[in-house]
Amino acid sequence: MAPKQRTRNPELIPGVRKVSRSQMYHKRGLWAIKAKNGGKFPHHEKAPAAAAVAEKPPKFYPADHVKKPLSNKRKPKPTKLRASITPGTVLIILAGRFKGKRVVFLKQLTSGLLLVTGPYKINGVPLRRVNQAYVIGTSTKIDVSGVNVEKFDDKYFAKQVEKKKKKGESEFFESEKQEKSALPVEKKDDQKAVDATLLTAIESVPDLKAYLGARFSLKAGMKPHELVF
Amino acid sequence: MRYVEIGRVALVNYGKDYGKLVVIVDVIDQNRALVDSPDMVRSQMNFKRLSLTDIKIDIKRVPKKKTLVAAMEAADVKGKWEKSSWGRKLVVQKRRAALNDFDRFKLMLAKIKRAGVVRQELAKLKKETAA
Repeated sequence: MAPKQRTRNPELIPGVRKVSRSQMYHKRGLWAIKAKNGGKFPHHEKAPAAAAVAEKPPKFYPADHVKKPLSNKRKPKPTKLRASITPGTVLIILAGRFKGKRVVFLKQLTSGLLLVTGPYKINGVPLRRVNQAYVIGTSTKIDVSGVNVEKFDDKYFAKQVEKKKKKGESEFFESEKQEKSALPVEKKDDQKAVDATLLTAIESVPDLKAYLGARFSLKAGMKPHELVF
Repeated sequence: MRYVEIGRVALVNYGKDYGKLVVIVDVIDQNRALVDSPDMVRSQMNFKRLSLTDIKIDIKRVPKKKTLVAAMEAADVKGKWEKSSWGRKLVVQKRRAALNDFDRFKLMLAKIKRAGVVRQELAKLKKETAA
């Protein structure tokens, strides 16, 4: 919190202040303001009120009083990023199909989710979004200055909308098999581009590649509240 | 035998001064001692908060701070502690507790490597005795 400003008239106990009315008058310097203004307190005339527009009587009076919900102008902010998570941090994913995988953090998207990559060649985790709550931030950092992540945002990860097809009963079983579409080539190329610079940075540190390829698990005697990550 | 006596060096095992080496400077009653160290204000401590060590220094009852520090230097309490197996174990424990996740991984790799080397040597020795 910002340092508290010095109050001229502190409250000693509820309802009782330290300085009296006349002493406050002197403290605030109202006597000096009056003196500057020739014995009176400076007074500004009110700006002339804008002439009220003549209101026409409404054309339509609704029969029922319909309740209108209160206006809400609240804009949600993206989740506050933990101080321990900075671009290049190795994260441990705790839930989902990649639980236990150690993964490199790239940036936080506008939705608050974290953009993360395996790299894919090392542990099979592609460019993916992950919620901060399901992640442990380790203190191991990798240099990601060479990676360009400008083009990735939440829209990139939106589900592809298919055209609806009318299915007859017999076609129902056959069409199920064709649903899985292959990953578009651009996404594969994006993955390769991001991972290429990352891999050189990772290989420069001994054992880091094996570290990212291994899953994390709790072993006997490990107490999570006492572990330093 | 580790007796409670004036000059006995003890390790604080509970409380604000956890992990400090202190010297018993006087005994207050059945449960408490007056305890002092170069980096703390002389205070009373329950014996339950102290773990006695093998180190003892030569002081009179309730010495002045200067005499206490001089006696500790003369007996080389710090050196003796750092050389003792208890003192060295504490250092190792601290080091292990501060290991990072990556460090723990590297440690695991090193342990596996060492075990591999040991097993190879053992196999060689076994072959020699068998032959």
